[in-house]
Amino acid sequence: MRGHAAFAAIAVLMTLAVSEDAVAQGRGGQGPPAPTATAKASAPIDLTGYWVSVVTEDWRYRMVTPAKGDYQGVPMTAESVKVADAWDPAADEAAGSQCKSYGAAAIMRVPGRIRVSWQDDTTLKLEADAGTQTRLLRFNPSQATPGAPTWQGESTAQWELTRAGRGRPGGPGPEPPRSGSLKVVTTNMRAGYLRKNGVPYGERATLTEYFNLVRHRNGDLWLVVTSVVEDTQYLRQPFMVSSQFRKQADAAGWDPAPCSSTW
Amino acid sequence: MYPLTRPGLVIALALLFTAVASRAAFAQFELSGSWAARNHEDAMERGPGPYAVDYTGLPINEDGRAKALSYSASQMFMIERQCGLWPPLYLVLGPFGMKIWNETDSVSGETIAWKIGAWEDRAATTIWMDGRPHPSANAVHERGGFTTGTWEGDTLVAYTTHMKTGVIRRNGVPSSDQATMTTYFMRNGDLLTVLAILEDPVYLSEPEVITKNFQLDSAPMRPIGPPCVPGYEGAGSDSVPHYLPGENQSIDELTTLYGIPREAVLGGAQTLYPEYRKTLRKSFVRPEKCVRNCGAPAR
Repeated sequence: MRGHAAFAAIAVLMTLAVSEDAVAQGRGGQGPPAPTATAKASAPIDLTGYWVSVVTEDWRYRMVTPAKGDYQGVPMTAESVKVADAWDPAADEAAGSQCKSYGAAAIMRVPGRIRVSWQDDTTLKLEADAGTQTRLLRFNPSQATPGAPTWQGESTAQWELTRAGRGRPGGPGPEPPRSGSLKVVTTNMRAGYLRKNGVPYGERATLTEYFNLVRHRNGDLWLVVTSVVEDTQYLRQPFMVSSQFRKQADAAGWDPAPCSSTW
Repeated sequence: MYPLTRPGLVIALALLFTAVASRAAFAQFELSGSWAARNHEDAMERGPGPYAVDYTGLPINEDGRAKALSYSASQMFMIERQCGLWPPLYLVLGPFGMKIWNETDSVSGETIAWKIGAWEDRAATTIWMDGRPHPSANAVHERGGFTTGTWEGDTLVAYTTHMKTGVIRRNGVPSSDQATMTTYFMRNGDLLTVLAILEDPVYLSEPEVITKNFQLDSAPMRPIGPPCVPGYEGAGSDSVPHYLPGENQSIDELTTLYGIPREAVLGGAQTLYPEYRKTLRKSFVRPEKCVRNCGAPAR
């Protein structure tokens, strides 16, 4: 009898050990959240609200329009350099292509404010006041209607959840707060510019982004968006940058402005 | 089925309890490995180095600006300063990747500390994970500072105090020994994004916020670092190279080369925000063509 009890105890413990792996998903990991919950209901982090970009990096490539031929940091192909060297902002403006540097692959680098809200239970809407652009991040990609490439392309979103039960100091105890990040993959983008001065990306480019939140010790909430642009036509290797936004309490500073090729 | 003996039962239960408990105490993410730097942003600042007076994007105050303008890079040739090393913020300011590993408790297997290997001019970092307190405010300050860490969800949060005076850009923009740094390590698949927030009551009017990207690399890195051996490089010890107020000849270099107005070149918190573009628009003149440090492959 005692032996049976022991086996029962061992079985329970083994179940615990195995189930921990079973619920672990991990960022960059496998599998979406439980299908019964909507993306909105199962959100591990709250991205909604107003955010202001804080430009501490690549300042002279973002806050002003850099000179033709200034390509520091971008792993451009020879073809890309050739295209960028022919950059003509006035011609872009005249052709109605003044939003080329406001496409999905660049918009998070453009100084401005973004507003994030739920359009419905499975679609996050991300609006940028710079260029008055709107991105739809769809957790249910079947809602998308395939068509011609657009500045913001088609974005598929997926929550990446924290591994349950890991990292608790002192061993077993209460579950840690729900956390995780957002992964977004965007394709079908209209060809545009990674930088305002004509550094190109093509229609076959793929943009992968990770949205992470951190609460700083002074109470500020920071959104860090890590972007990876892959484009074999114009990039020798994936182009990686990360942009930071600080949460605002309200819409202060929200200032929609049209696209501009020259400024 | 064979019944377990009492000693066997005790051992089996002990092993299983240990397994379950120690698994729960594991770090949220494995950070060990060699992480290659991806310096696509601030490429010049992180690689060859910034212009002598380029404080764009830095929330410095008047004191920070004045001290930065007094800096001469010739200081680095002084024997006393050759081995000064860059501060911990150099993890995100510099060009290098990083090798990370953990030190574990030999009994429980728990991580006592995460270690970030040194590079030639940056000291190694130890992030203590065992709950130890930071030293007294009066304790000695070290090049690498003193760092503790905790997991918040899947993010490793490291907090560094007790740093020596240093820089927040390699052209002499200063950081004081009162500065503290919070570093967030966020892993997404094979990418690691590091967010550093430096707070300095002496030289900054608001926190300096920087990110840097790394990618897991199968090629092992060999962290090499101090000791550094100083040698005579032409600078005497009888004076410290510097510029007196108003004498820094590099102050208009960015204006000449890139059309950026001097007040923006000299930084300040107001220059970090989107609305500052309205101010810039009044005085910025875009040069027709880039003539120096333009990047990209040869054409």
